[in-house]
Amino acid sequence: MSFSDIFDSYSWEETSRSIYAKSAADVEAALAKNTRTLEDFKALISPAAAPYLEQMAQLSRQLTLKRFGRVMQLYVPLYLSNECNNICTYCGFSFDNKVRRKTLSPMEIMQEVAVIKEMGYDHVLLVTGEANQTVHTDYFKKVLELIRPHFSHISMEVQPMDLQDYQELIPLGLNTVLVYQETYHREDYRKHHPKGKKSNFEYRLETPDRLGEAGIHKMGLGVLIGLEDWRTDSFFTALHLGYLEKKYWKSKYSLSFPRLRPFSGGLEPKVEMNDRELVQLICAYRLLNEEVELSISTRESTVFRDHIVKLGITAISAGSKTNPGGYAVEPESLEQFEISDERSPAAIAEMLREQGYEPVWKDWDSSLA
Amino acid sequence: MLTIADKVFGSRLLTGTGKFNSAVLMEEALLASGSELVTVALKRVDLKGQDDDILGHLKHSHISLLPNTSGVRNAKEAVFAAQLAREALETNWLKLEIHPDPKYLMPDPIETLKATEELAKLGFIILPYIHADPVLCKRLEDAGTAAVMPLGSAIGSNKGLKTIDFLEMIISQSNVPVIVDAGIGAPSDAAKAMEIGADAVLVNTAIAVSGDPVKMAEAFKIAVVAGRMAYEAKLGAISSLAAASSPLTSFLDEL
Repeated sequence: MSFSDIFDSYSWEETSRSIYAKSAADVEAALAKNTRTLEDFKALISPAAAPYLEQMAQLSRQLTLKRFGRVMQLYVPLYLSNECNNICTYCGFSFDNKVRRKTLSPMEIMQEVAVIKEMGYDHVLLVTGEANQTVHTDYFKKVLELIRPHFSHISMEVQPMDLQDYQELIPLGLNTVLVYQETYHREDYRKHHPKGKKSNFEYRLETPDRLGEAGIHKMGLGVLIGLEDWRTDSFFTALHLGYLEKKYWKSKYSLSFPRLRPFSGGLEPKVEMNDRELVQLICAYRLLNEEVELSISTRESTVFRDHIVKLGITAISAGSKTNPGGYAVEPESLEQFEISDERSPAAIAEMLREQGYEPVWKDWDSSLA
Repeated sequence: MLTIADKVFGSRLLTGTGKFNSAVLMEEALLASGSELVTVALKRVDLKGQDDDILGHLKHSHISLLPNTSGVRNAKEAVFAAQLAREALETNWLKLEIHPDPKYLMPDPIETLKATEELAKLGFIILPYIHADPVLCKRLEDAGTAAVMPLGSAIGSNKGLKTIDFLEMIISQSNVPVIVDAGIGAPSDAAKAMEIGADAVLVNTAIAVSGDPVKMAEAFKIAVVAGRMAYEAKLGAISSLAAASSPLTSFLDEL
C-alpha cells in the first residue's frame, strides 16, 4: 500500500467543505487538547480560527521551544542547473521560458562551494530542474562525491527519482530529500504541469514512499501556496505527513510553505495567502505535530522572517541565490524566483542572536551515517 | 559522592548542552548547576576544527565531557561514532543513545544492548540511555555497562517521572549507578528521583528552555542535593492506613 490508496479515498471538494464548515467551538476544542487530530487541524486552519491567532502563536512557541530549544538551523540552496524539460506555469526554469540554460561543471561547483563555506555553512541544499539527459543519477553521484568532504549535511531538491536511484545516492552522503507535491488538487496539477515527466501526478505523490523505503534520513514535504486553496492543500500535506510518519518511522520530516513569488513572465497566484494566514498555518502545523521541522526560505520578507522566528520555525535559509552559478560563477544569470530577504547569513545570524536564538550551522556529522 | 566506573563526582546532577540560546549562557548555567559531567552531542560539535563554540565554553577543570551518540540509528553507527568521539575528544566515556525513531526519540533496547557489549570490549565507559526496563538494566550490567540511564518520560517532554514504578524496581536491583535521564521538567521531579534512590539525574531541556537558565540550573542543583539528603535520612513510610485514635478491635484484648 502507498499513499495513493489513502489519498484516493478523499475528495478534494468534501475536504474543502468540511474545513470551511469548522466553527469557533471546533477551534476552541482543538486548542484545549494536548494531542490533536486531523479534524482539529482542519479547525485550526479554517477561517474560524482567525480570531484565535494570538493564542495559537503562544502555544506554538511553547511547543517549539520545548522540543527544539532556543536554536535555529541554517541552510542555503546551491542551484546546480536550470535545465528543465518540464513546463510549470509558475517557474522561472520552465521549459518554455526562454532563458539561457546552464548546468554547473565540477570546477564551477567547487567555486560555488568555496563561497558557501566562506559564509559559514555546513548544510547545503542542492537544487536543479528536471533534465534527465544531463542532470541524472550519475551526475548527482559525482556531485555528492565532490562536495561530501565539505558539508556535514547534504539535502536535495531535484526531480523525483526511482527507488534504486535513492538507494544509490544515500550511501554517498545524501541525508535529506525535499519533494513538494505543488498541489494535491489532481486536475489543477495537470493544468500547471502540462508537459514533461512532472505531469505524472501519481509518480510525484508516491515519491515520499520511495524515499521512505530507501531509508532516507529526512524528507521534506509541502505545496506551492498560491496554486490552489491553501487550506485544503495543507490538509492533504498533513494527511501525507501522518501516513509517512507511521509507515517510515525511522525518517525525520520537515515542512515548508513556499508562497508563489514573481519571476519574469510568470503566473499570478490564483489564491493569495496573506501574512496572517501564513502564521496561522505555521502554528496549526506545530499544534498538530510537535516534532516536525518547519522551514522558512528567503522568499519571505525581512520583517516577516524576523517575527516568524519565534512562532514555530526551526530552520531558516539566508544569503540564498536561486540561479546556477549565483554565488560565484555567474551572479547575473536568471533566478528561479526573486528572493525577498537579501540579508547575508551573518546578518541573519545576528538577527537570531538578538532574538535569543543560537544559529546552528552544524547539526549532523557526515561520519555518523 | 557519586562514583561511576572509578571516577568520583561531587555533584549528582548531570547536564546537557542542547537548546541553549548561546554558548555563553550555556556555560553560565552549567557553572551554576555545579554539574561535573556534561553531555554533548557529537553531531553538534566540530570534531575536525580546533575552535568549536560549544567545546570552547566547557573548558573547566571540574567539568568532564560525556559525548553522546544522538542521531545514530543502530549499534554499528553507534560503535563508529564512539570511536570517533574517543579520538576527537580524548575520552572513553560515552553516553550511548540509539534512537531510530526521530519522532519520540525512544531508545532501541536491542541495538543498545548490542552496542554496549561491543563497546565494553573496546574499553569504553558506557552510560546507555534506555527505557525504564528493569530486565534490560540487568542485561546491560552483564554486558559491562558503567551505569544505566532510564527515562522518566520522553526526552524533552518535561512530564516528570511517568515511569516511577519501574524506576523503583531498577534502583532496588541495580549494581551500577542509576541515572534518571529524560523528562525531568522541574526541580521537584529531580528531587523526587533522588528521594526514591536514584544515584543521579540528567537535566537539559528544563534548564535550557526556562526563562532564566542560570537560576533554574541553581534550582536543580539545590533540588538534587535536597532529594539525596532526604533519601539518606530515610523518608517516613507513606501509609494509606489510618492510625485510628479509637481502635475498633481493642475490645478483643478485654475479652
